Amino acid sequence: MNSEIIGIAFIFVLTIALALPFAKYCSRVLKGEPVWSDILLPVERMVFKWSGVDPNRPMDWKENMTAMLVLNGVFFVVAMILLLTQTYHPFWNPDHIGSMEPTTAFNTAISFMTNTNLQHYSGETGATYLSQLLVFCFLQFVSAGTGIAAMALLFKALTLSESGKVGNFYYLFLRSCTRILLPVSVLLALILVWQGSPSTFKAAAEVVTLESDTLHVATGPVAPMVAIKQVGTNGGGYFGPNSTHPFENPTYVSNIAENVAILFIPISLVFAFGYYTGRRRAALAFFGTMTIMFLLLTITSVYFEMKGSPAIHAMGIDDSLGNMEGKEVRFGAAASSFWGISTTSTSNGSVNSMHDSHTPLSGAAFMLDMMINAIYGGVGVGFINFFVFVVIGVFISGLMVGRTPELFGKKIEAREVKIAALVAIAHPFFILLSTAIATHIASRQPEIGWLANPSYHGFSEMLYEFTSASANNGSGFEGLGDATPFWNIACGLVMIFGRFIPIIGPVAIAGSLAMKRRIPEGAGTMKVDSPAFVAVLLSVIIIIAALSFFPALTLGPVAEYFSMIVK
Amino acid sequence: MKRVVRKLKLLEPALVRTSVKKSFIKLDPRVMMKNPVMFCVEIGTVIMLVVSIYSFAFTDQGSPAYNISIFFILLITLLFANFAEALAEARGKAQADSLRKTREDTPAKVVISDRIMIRSSSSLRKGDIFLCEPNDVIPTDGEIIEGIATVDESAITGESAPVIREAGGDKSSVTGGTTVLSDRIKVLVTTQPGESFLDKMINLVEGASRQKTPNEIALTILLSAFTIVFLLVTATLKPFGDYANTPINIGALIALFVCLIPTTIGGLLSAIGIAGMDRALRANVIAKSGRAVETAGDVDVLLLDKTGTITIGNRKATAFHPANGFDIDQLMECATLSSVADETPEGKSVIELANSKGYTHPSLVGFKGDITYALPNAKIVKFSASTRTSGIDLGTRTIRKGAFDSIRNLVEQSGNKLPQDVEKFVKDIADNGGTPLVVAENHKAVGVIELQDIIKPGITQRFDRLRKMGVKTVMVTGDNPLTAKYISLVAGVDDFIAEASPEDKLEYIRKEQASGKLVAMMGDGTNDAPALAQADVGVAMNSGTQAAKEAGNMVDLDNDPTKLIEVVEIGKQLLITRGTLTTFSIANDVAKFFAIIPALFVVSIPSLQALNIMHLFNPESAILSAVIFNALIIPLLIPLALRGVQYKPIGADALLARNLVIYGLGGIITPFVGIKLIDLIITPIF
Repeated sequence: MNSEIIGIAFIFVLTIALALPFAKYCSRVLKGEPVWSDILLPVERMVFKWSGVDPNRPMDWKENMTAMLVLNGVFFVVAMILLLTQTYHPFWNPDHIGSMEPTTAFNTAISFMTNTNLQHYSGETGATYLSQLLVFCFLQFVSAGTGIAAMALLFKALTLSESGKVGNFYYLFLRSCTRILLPVSVLLALILVWQGSPSTFKAAAEVVTLESDTLHVATGPVAPMVAIKQVGTNGGGYFGPNSTHPFENPTYVSNIAENVAILFIPISLVFAFGYYTGRRRAALAFFGTMTIMFLLLTITSVYFEMKGSPAIHAMGIDDSLGNMEGKEVRFGAAASSFWGISTTSTSNGSVNSMHDSHTPLSGAAFMLDMMINAIYGGVGVGFINFFVFVVIGVFISGLMVGRTPELFGKKIEAREVKIAALVAIAHPFFILLSTAIATHIASRQPEIGWLANPSYHGFSEMLYEFTSASANNGSGFEGLGDATPFWNIACGLVMIFGRFIPIIGPVAIAGSLAMKRRIPEGAGTMKVDSPAFVAVLLSVIIIIAALSFFPALTLGPVAEYFSMIVK
Repeated sequence: MKRVVRKLKLLEPALVRTSVKKSFIKLDPRVMMKNPVMFCVEIGTVIMLVVSIYSFAFTDQGSPAYNISIFFILLITLLFANFAEALAEARGKAQADSLRKTREDTPAKVVISDRIMIRSSSSLRKGDIFLCEPNDVIPTDGEIIEGIATVDESAITGESAPVIREAGGDKSSVTGGTTVLSDRIKVLVTTQPGESFLDKMINLVEGASRQKTPNEIALTILLSAFTIVFLLVTATLKPFGDYANTPINIGALIALFVCLIPTTIGGLLSAIGIAGMDRALRANVIAKSGRAVETAGDVDVLLLDKTGTITIGNRKATAFHPANGFDIDQLMECATLSSVADETPEGKSVIELANSKGYTHPSLVGFKGDITYALPNAKIVKFSASTRTSGIDLGTRTIRKGAFDSIRNLVEQSGNKLPQDVEKFVKDIADNGGTPLVVAENHKAVGVIELQDIIKPGITQRFDRLRKMGVKTVMVTGDNPLTAKYISLVAGVDDFIAEASPEDKLEYIRKEQASGKLVAMMGDGTNDAPALAQADVGVAMNSGTQAAKEAGNMVDLDNDPTKLIEVVEIGKQLLITRGTLTTFSIANDVAKFFAIIPALFVVSIPSLQALNIMHLFNPESAILSAVIFNALIIPLLIPLALRGVQYKPIGADALLARNLVIYGLGGIITPFVGIKLIDLIITPIF
């Protein structure tokens, strides 16, 4: 077998092998059971004492969601202030970087708060070291912690019967940051430093080249930031080119480590659901459903990238390595495709190749991945998104077996269906509506100069940008002049709605299920771990996610693809 | 049991005519608004009408012929959906009418301060009292307050054997439309006119007071969500198309929208619900709400009375076991003599058994029911609560039969001892679920009669079927636990309540409900009422008391205790029909996408011809074919919607897999074939 393919198969298998034991650990952490990381208890106690929060008070889902929104609101305000006052940063700004433009700051603060990390600025020239650490690095931790904590509330709610107390957000949030994200990040940062990533507070290095030009090579506390960027499915790179940059991702080994890190916690948390609720078969069925889609998309992308671009081929250029435009030679076509699918399925958004330069259907696979946004998904939120499809799937298939639908022994009724349906259509709604507005402006005012590429590809760029924003992914198709007030504000709003509606809705469903009495499962009860239900889940996801985007994808990458091959 | 055959053809011409008329009346937007999916189609139809008129004057929206075609197809789609609902209503109504016919205006002998006046039955009010004599048709529902009568209820139940109805007790209720055969009764009217169960059911079917059931509401919400998302998909195509320099005309956009939204299930949804009620009615069950039928499908536990449901009527004598020192003829003689005056079914079965074994008491030859004639010096000893035995005294012979302990008392009081083998017989019979009756002559035990319950043929298979549905069956009986256990084993029920009092039933129901289960039961007596009310599905027998009928949420006109099983299946069928047609409807979208999307763009982006995998003739024929298919599929599925998707008790997972293949995969493939065929047919027009 091709060594490139062995490489990506190795990444995938290694991730699963590491995820299984870690899932057990995550379950114990979220349940509050004793674990080795209890050595951090004194630190956590101090934080709670200092903030005056009682971490042991059980709260219902509404109180928890309020806590989440308030906490995130505070993060947003602090981030805005720091970004708007960069000129005045007293230290950690050796390169004297100025304050951010307000709409870009707005976009950036939201972007990092929502775990999206869409970057309409370039890290090395737009952000001080202080911003990098206190805003970006910090928010990458807490936004990931927010997702895991919300998911833990959902787990707890699904185990309850006739009780609304789904847990304590503050407690789960802090534990997620200190016990789950921190240890993994430290480990990854060490690997990256070993592989050559810098970690320093010194100013940009000056290098005199052979031609006697003086170059300023940006550097900084890169390794820790890249670590949490991957571990927390954030994707906010230290440098503009993200993980294509040799300081962020120096070697093939660092590439493996980072790619594993991208998938690691999202996959672990799917298994953690099994350990936490004791429904391991269900967790396995969910993992299987996600993996089927993941592999289909991976195969599509890898196939088209390794095959190369017909346009390049027609020019008589050797493309035996596949489509290498926009790719790093040290990674190659397959590893770039696999990374692309990994980063778009987990709402990570870091890139190790330019997604814009992928062949049309590989680009379509990336978009579809974000449109579904529940294949492993972002830390915590991926499972939450997937849960919505489970509710809808259970409802339809429950009817098909002749019983009022039940999920884990709880009846799915009008209230749950209403919330699930609203959340499920929210994502297509934000993407299609915002893209429609943007295309409308772009076709009326072509002189506005947003698009580096005309026609289908330009359409794909806009569609990709909003899809990435709504999915809280953060990767860009690039080629789009996105640092303008329109894109800053539009994407900012899409990110906020795309973040919190899909968290609050499912937690509300779980809170409502928690209050219901558990119905014992019998022969007439449909099991969510059967192959038939996996088929239902796949159909529901494909019909809601894929079909509603089918016309848009047709006008973008599909049209581009056929125009390329049909003469 | 024979039932009145009220079979209706699916497309009964008379019903079709009224339904066609009604489909137009239902176009009223105020009515359509109740169905969000079809309401959207109606809005689309109106827009197409405007566009059609516009296209005569301007050319930018396609040809008038094309636009008018879409307009008419959409209108027909609406009419088909309305027709489905109207037909379901008409069938339900016809069904109810045939029951209501039994209560056409009949003269009623109303008792007003001891005088009898003839009034029309329609003038009867709650609280009135009327009199019925032989051959009178009972004018309306009521409760007997005086007298006893045999009543022919065949008009309602189809059962030709007359039944006895009497004041007091659990058989005091009479139904309008039935006929008194003998004796006279005074009846108190218990319902206002127009408020009887049947009237309520007719309202439920006709739509006036039809309320959506919880599952129907949830499904409507989901379908509305699909409608919103596809509205967005279609609406955003306009700016997308403009950007790509592909102007899309309104006709194509509306066609795409109507094809994508779940019109198939949207158009059939209410018909499915009504048809469910109608199927219940056809099984002679009057449901008080659609919700009750739906809940029946969810039932986890069925409480079934032993007598009449699991066993045929009563116990029968099946064997004689003579005691040591007596032969079987002596035992048969004593058994027969002790039973000649015994009117109970058990007593009669003793004589029958003896007859079948070739024994007839000489003095009973030519016996015409008059014991004083056959045995002039006999003294009948009736069963009394104090001795708990019954029998006969013939001169010096005293013959008694009774339960083991009462005969033992009798024997031991006179200084005799009960033989050991009798005790053994008694124990063996009890262990095998039978009931032993000991016979004694002159205070000496002669032997034991074995009574056994006869399990209904086929009932074990039905319980098997229920178990596969995930329904637990519980036998309710007055028998002692040992007998109950034996019968429950043989019949294959999952659990039993022995020596059951009404309180025990109530307790059992509460216990099951506390663990989250839904319980169904059937009952007829006033003392069943609390349990009927407590149960999630309570089916009262029509012959039962008014209190029982008020407490339950369904009434069974046949008084058939096995009806519960049928009701559960009707409930399941209702949900399955909704689920499968939803799946089918949504699965259809795949093919419609492939028909319409290339058609929208192929003019300006010729390479997208590659997506036209059905090779439809041209964009207009593709769009028209898709809309025509979308319209035609509704009437094609009406039979399925009205009859219901067949329920197979094969376990939930297998059932899901099966329905997924038939309606999911089938739903993907069918429109590919259908749209292609329609395209081939309409191609010559272009």
